[in-house]
Amino acid sequence: MLESHGCRRRLAGAGTGFKMEKRTKILLLDDDTDWLTFCRELLASSLPSKPEVLTANTARRALTLLETEEIRLLICDLKMPRIDGLQMLTIVRRRFPELSTVVLSGMEDEEFRSRSYALGVDLFWLKSEMQRNGKLFYECLESLLGRETGIGFRGIQSKGLMDIIQMECLSRSSTVLRITHGPSVAKVWLQDGELMDAELDGARGEIAFLRLLAWKGGTFENLPAEPAHPRTIMKPVNALLLESAQSLDENQNPSGPDAIEAQSHRKTIWKLAQLTREGADFVISVPTEGQGEPEGIGTQNITQLAHFTKRANEIARRLGERVEAGPLLHFSAQSSERQALLLSRGDRAFLVGWPSDAEGNLPEKSRKLVASWD
Amino acid sequence: MGLKNIISDWFGGSPASIQQLPAGSVTVDRQGTVITSTVSSAYPQKVLHAIGNDVLEIFHEARAAHMPLAEITLRFGSLRLTARELRGGAIIFFYPQTALMPDPSRL
Repeated sequence: MLESHGCRRRLAGAGTGFKMEKRTKILLLDDDTDWLTFCRELLASSLPSKPEVLTANTARRALTLLETEEIRLLICDLKMPRIDGLQMLTIVRRRFPELSTVVLSGMEDEEFRSRSYALGVDLFWLKSEMQRNGKLFYECLESLLGRETGIGFRGIQSKGLMDIIQMECLSRSSTVLRITHGPSVAKVWLQDGELMDAELDGARGEIAFLRLLAWKGGTFENLPAEPAHPRTIMKPVNALLLESAQSLDENQNPSGPDAIEAQSHRKTIWKLAQLTREGADFVISVPTEGQGEPEGIGTQNITQLAHFTKRANEIARRLGERVEAGPLLHFSAQSSERQALLLSRGDRAFLVGWPSDAEGNLPEKSRKLVASWD
Repeated sequence: MGLKNIISDWFGGSPASIQQLPAGSVTVDRQGTVITSTVSSAYPQKVLHAIGNDVLEIFHEARAAHMPLAEITLRFGSLRLTARELRGGAIIFFYPQTALMPDPSRL
């Protein structure tokens, strides 16, 4: 089993799904030509799949190569003149969404690490760590290239959470799975293949585990086992997985008008509870494409606010494309009466209204609220 | 095929165009005309004008939804844009978010 060390693996919904008929190509981008030469030779000789390693010492050259060559993986420095790494990654994410990206930087700053991951890079690695811990780095690169030759769980990248937990249990693993889904983080404790405990948003045990299984995508990593962690889940894991599958099926295919009404009622109660708990005024949700129905809670002005949400989202995205500034992370607005946050999730845009004196990290609180909206 | 084309094809076709991020501020009036600007003159004026119009449109849509806004901040992967409403016009600030230019609000 691969250890994490910052290498984030994607769950189903973000699978790789590429074919590997030819020798894969890696592109190295760094303004230091000596480093490029050193790195090219090192990667070409150390990676088991023996990829072709191309180099570029400017972002412009790198973009030209990306447009003309079938490159599978970009390894990019951060600190470069003119167009730096973060700008480059922003451009690459928009133009080449299928490309795997790795940041290889000399800057030991957590802020750059988190900003890189926020831009969707697959791996952030320090140059000093690459030399000290090369084997692990090459394993991560091989995993990204999809050419891992050893036995392992490379295919896990296209598996769902249920499959992953089943595999861990079948292989009698002892580990702690740390699973991230947007702003929410959950943990699952496994000991000798037995499910011991789960934690999600303050909930523990079976409730947390069942709610966690409803997540459709995200990233996960394996943390070291905690044998002393107390056991709160006594049911066999297969029983819980079956229970969860049945519950998800019922939610997706409610039978009869009473069941549909009851489900809708439960959703409304859940949303109101979330709104109150976080201290928000209202939430509006609109489909970003097409003519779907807007939803809203906590306000009478749903239609007009829904129209504003949709239009503002369209204009902001258009503006982002105009300046080539990368994805819209969020949009905040202030008036004398309130603050509002506009953000997207899946195919919907959300407007979250907060009192003008609301404190704390509102973007993070809004993201959390929106993440639990379904 | 001319020599230039041959060389261009040999090196992989036409080079990708890269647009630098704007940095500085602009003031636009209620019609979207740029009144003052500290953004580099090398930055396309057409794009600045279009940004001004986009910002004014957001303020307009907010008023139409009975939620008049005083200030908006759009945070993109590599740029933060803050705009304040100014009697129908707006003042717009651009803060590139790059490794070399960290977000001033976080310093």
